[in-house]
Amino acid sequence: MVPVNYYLIVAAILFALGVLGVLIRRNALIIFMSIELMLNAVNLTFVALARHLHSIDGQIFVFFIMTVAAAEVAVGLAIIISVFRLKGTIHVDEINLLRG
Amino acid sequence: MVTIFFFIFAVTALVSAVLMITYKNPVYSALFLILTFFSLAGMYFLLEAQFIAIVQIIVYAGAIMVLFLFVMMLLNLRQETRLPIGRPFQVALGSIFALILLIQLFFIVKVGLTVSKFGAFPPEKINKIGSVQVIGGELFTNYLFPFEAASILLLVGIIGAIILGRKKLPNEM
Repeated sequence: MVPVNYYLIVAAILFALGVLGVLIRRNALIIFMSIELMLNAVNLTFVALARHLHSIDGQIFVFFIMTVAAAEVAVGLAIIISVFRLKGTIHVDEINLLRG
Repeated sequence: MVTIFFFIFAVTALVSAVLMITYKNPVYSALFLILTFFSLAGMYFLLEAQFIAIVQIIVYAGAIMVLFLFVMMLLNLRQETRLPIGRPFQVALGSIFALILLIQLFFIVKVGLTVSKFGAFPPEKINKIGSVQVIGGELFTNYLFPFEAASILLLVGIIGAIILGRKKLPNEM
């Protein structure tokens, strides 16, 4: 039986790695994948605590998070494709149309 | 036995997550992210959340990552892989902030939580009834409205993706 804290520590490290990926990478696709990594870290927290607290609600929340993530990925990748068609790159430093 | 598997899955998940954010080629990053998702699915099995584990493999490692790889093949990213990951200043500052966040999260885990009241579904009960049946029962009774809202959200996602993909851009007219 693995203590629940181990799962929480793994989830914390995964979340921090996702934040690190968003902060240091300039490729829009990899930033997007880092966001997915953060969502998964939160899912792991939900499942571990649901088991620890003898509840099923955490697993249902994970189900809804996955639904939202699927919709988010579909729309986000469509936006990335639109940006690529417009600018010819997905390097986020070069996507500066809003700059005056 | 469970502990050994937990450490295998944890090390695989963390190492492939590190490789994902350090590889320059986005295709390799996507493949390492799939490995992370599979390790997380293994951890869900260890936590006796069988339904979530299967959905994780089907939806995340299957559908979402296939979508990512499909978009990568669609875009011509060859010249992007030669660029450095980020500016050195940016990498240093980002690492510091991520480290601060990690330390904060560790403190939260260390403080822990005091459980005064346990829920109605101990693991033995879920195992006896079956994970899928318990989640299905809850979804169609207590969580019926969020479930229907999720279906509308998916519909909006489909319509949004189609409209964004179809739109003619000014330079293509």
